Amino acid sequence: MTAPIYLITLLPLIGFLINGLLGRFLTERQSGMVASGTVLGSFLISAQLTMGLMTRPGKNPHFVQTLFTWIEAGDLQIQAGYWFDALAAVMALVVTGVGLLIHIYSIGYMRGDPGVRRYFAFMNLFIFMMLNLVLADNLALLFLGWEGVGLCSYLLIGFWFQDESKARAGMKAFIVNRVGDAGFIIAMVLLYHQFGTLNIQQLANAAPFALAGRAFFTAVTLLLFLGATGKSAQIPLHIWLPDAMAGPTPVSALIHAATMVTAGVYLIARNSVLFTLAPATMNTIATIGILTAFLAASMAITQKDIKKVLAYSTISQLGYMFTAVGVGAFSAGIFHLMTHAFFKGLLFLGAGSVIHGLGGEQNIDNMGGLKKHMPSTHLTMLVGVLAITGVPGLSGFFSKDEILWGAFVRYEGFSWIWLVGVITAGMTAFYMFRLLFRTFYGQPRWSNQLHPHESPSVMTLPLILLAFLSILGGYVGVPEVLGGMNHFHHLLEPVVAISPWGLAGGHEASHFMELLAMFISTVAALGGIYYAYKVYILQPRMADELRDKLPGLYKLSFNKYYVDEFYGAAVVRPLVAFSQVLWTWFDDRVIDGLVNGSAALIGSGSRLIRQLQSGLIQHYAAFILGGVIVIMAIIYAS
Amino acid sequence: MTTALFYLFAALLIGSALFVVLNRNPMYSVVALVFGFANLAGIYFLLEAYFIGALQVLVYAGAIMVLFLFVVMLLDVKPDKPRRGLVHLDRWWFAILVVLFLGLLLGIVPGAVRLITSVPAGHEADIGNVERVGQALFTSYLLPFEVAALLLTVALIGTVFLAKRKI
Amino acid sequence: MVVPLHHIIAIASLLFSIGVLGVLFRRNAIIVFMSIEIMLNAVNLAFVAFSNYHGNVHGQVFVFFTMTLAAAEVAVGLAIIISLFRNLQTSDITEIHNLKN
Repeated sequence: MTAPIYLITLLPLIGFLINGLLGRFLTERQSGMVASGTVLGSFLISAQLTMGLMTRPGKNPHFVQTLFTWIEAGDLQIQAGYWFDALAAVMALVVTGVGLLIHIYSIGYMRGDPGVRRYFAFMNLFIFMMLNLVLADNLALLFLGWEGVGLCSYLLIGFWFQDESKARAGMKAFIVNRVGDAGFIIAMVLLYHQFGTLNIQQLANAAPFALAGRAFFTAVTLLLFLGATGKSAQIPLHIWLPDAMAGPTPVSALIHAATMVTAGVYLIARNSVLFTLAPATMNTIATIGILTAFLAASMAITQKDIKKVLAYSTISQLGYMFTAVGVGAFSAGIFHLMTHAFFKGLLFLGAGSVIHGLGGEQNIDNMGGLKKHMPSTHLTMLVGVLAITGVPGLSGFFSKDEILWGAFVRYEGFSWIWLVGVITAGMTAFYMFRLLFRTFYGQPRWSNQLHPHESPSVMTLPLILLAFLSILGGYVGVPEVLGGMNHFHHLLEPVVAISPWGLAGGHEASHFMELLAMFISTVAALGGIYYAYKVYILQPRMADELRDKLPGLYKLSFNKYYVDEFYGAAVVRPLVAFSQVLWTWFDDRVIDGLVNGSAALIGSGSRLIRQLQSGLIQHYAAFILGGVIVIMAIIYAS
Repeated sequence: MTTALFYLFAALLIGSALFVVLNRNPMYSVVALVFGFANLAGIYFLLEAYFIGALQVLVYAGAIMVLFLFVVMLLDVKPDKPRRGLVHLDRWWFAILVVLFLGLLLGIVPGAVRLITSVPAGHEADIGNVERVGQALFTSYLLPFEVAALLLTVALIGTVFLAKRKI
Repeated sequence: MVVPLHHIIAIASLLFSIGVLGVLFRRNAIIVFMSIEIMLNAVNLAFVAFSNYHGNVHGQVFVFFTMTLAAAEVAVGLAIIISLFRNLQTSDITEIHNLKN
């Protein structure tokens, strides 16, 4: 007997309602307990369902649950239903598991903040929405979760909304995401128009036999990918994620590292059948993914804010995941998603612990030598850094190599995508160890008034647990060439589409090549570590010399390739200027009385603009009336 | 007899409604509207909707319009000054819109009525009976009824909140 | 009742149009409000007419709800007008466009 799926999402919703509505009756600690407790409940139910899934016979074991008819209008019928298969199980476990640890951590981190109940309410709402996203059996419900997590992201980035720059960062995230969401919506409409359903399984079953041509699938998948680009902060829509670091650090860990930003990868893996029908899109995804990985890594090298380094690192790792799904290695992408959730969550929480211990300091130029003051944080962060670097034996090694191997197989050899991936791995090692060395080693550079201290155990305990996960998480997917069984891959095999390029765990290609590729990327990572050691520990002045030697590159990287400035000049300013012109033009129109009866009656193009600007209720009422008249005229004519 | 009464009530109703809209003094408008609603209640009685007719007098003419009267007196609203200037230009196309609207409405009416009357009307007795209305209200419309009660409570609280000088 | 159904509906239409006229033309918020009441009552009249025609009470129940709604709306609306008047010393809606900016 297994628990019904809806309980997984219901519990965080209840937590949200309790904290949101009755928060004022709870003490800070109770509020945190309620929030963590509900997520714990969800985690346990997810785990139980996953157990049930394992013992279920059949080719593609799953649980289905249709809750109710959500939207019913004419032919359009959308059921609110959940679909729990291996992919959903992995995502649900990651979301609730990592989410639980971050909730517990937050109890310590947010202690004393006046908005702590609001904080926990939003966090629970986020978990609820995220679970809807991963458990939905149709695109409409998935989209609800998609928008819901975006909303929570906005609310939590701007959590300290008294600070205007933080509130603005929230809005920026929201608006940039809108660009991608537009693509998502159009893709949904196109799919519905073609297939008459939004159910993901039905779509997957119908798609290979669809009458629509390749162009249709290319268009739809590109639009879906546009949505994924926005949510997962891929180039060119990556600009919101670094600013999103304005939120509390556990929020960055949960939303902007472990779960929400990976929704794009999940979306593609979930609709893998559609994507494999559009090879052009797949190539685009792989290219954008690897470019993002590389460029974000190059930006991370020069950043000074500890959280910004991690933010660019997240973008870079997300680029890896997109590369994975782009080359058809869907299970590798999800595998990396999972391990990334562990180690990046760990790194963010560790960074939060450092910031906490230093009383809000975020600049790594003002850190250093914290090793002996914060031993647990140092040790756990070391594990996280080693994991993301891809040192053999830790989780990041297995997942990253599976991605690179996927790229290798897809392009039949040492392609440029593979090469850039390896170089990026080296850069990742460099900037992560730069972060570690600058923070924990060398001479203390913080001011004398500060007394760095280790965080309370409610914060270090999740760190330790995540550190264990970062080490062990990779062993569910040890590739066969290393004598493992690659359970993870076989678990997901029935869920995701079979890649047309015949790639998987490496049965087809030679084992020697796989080992060689693995060796090269490990060497790259170790090289990066050594170089960071040399620059930041052995010859501490070398960093400055390097910067002076390469001023152009340094500036380009430090200013993030001026993408924000470019958007400011190319999109925002023209838009503002254009609106200005419309406004003055319009005002003149009304004042000069140029609006004559017939033009307004027909309601030509100017109506929309006038409606926006007049501020007179009667104008609005007249527009409504005009609309009614048009409808009535249509009825009358028919 | 009833037919004649109906047209009389209707003419008075339309007349007072026009007066409400066209006259400049808000005070007269309120009184005219009370009179118009009384006529409407008369029409309701002729249509055998006795309960609704009584409600019309009690709730509309009685409570709601008294509220209007109070507000007009409280605010001491002066009669509108004749309007002049730019906003005037809007009136032309407003007028055209309204005429067009009425024309279309009246154009659609015969068709719509034909559509409705094509379904044979089942006549039940005593539709004006309060008991019948009450029965419908408390059985098939119970939930909306409760929601309406909630709505009134919310409106009450909202009004107090809005009208208070300081919170 | 010997009056044909479409006469009653025509009167309701006329009444509704007068309400629209008032909403569009009057600047005094209170009169605009009353015009809205006229529109509501026009719809009520149509409801009652159909109720009478079909010989059941559902139309009348709807009228009942409309009245409830109108009462709530008037209470809140007039409260808003009062507080607007208190702050701006006017009930002329062409002068109330603070939301514009």
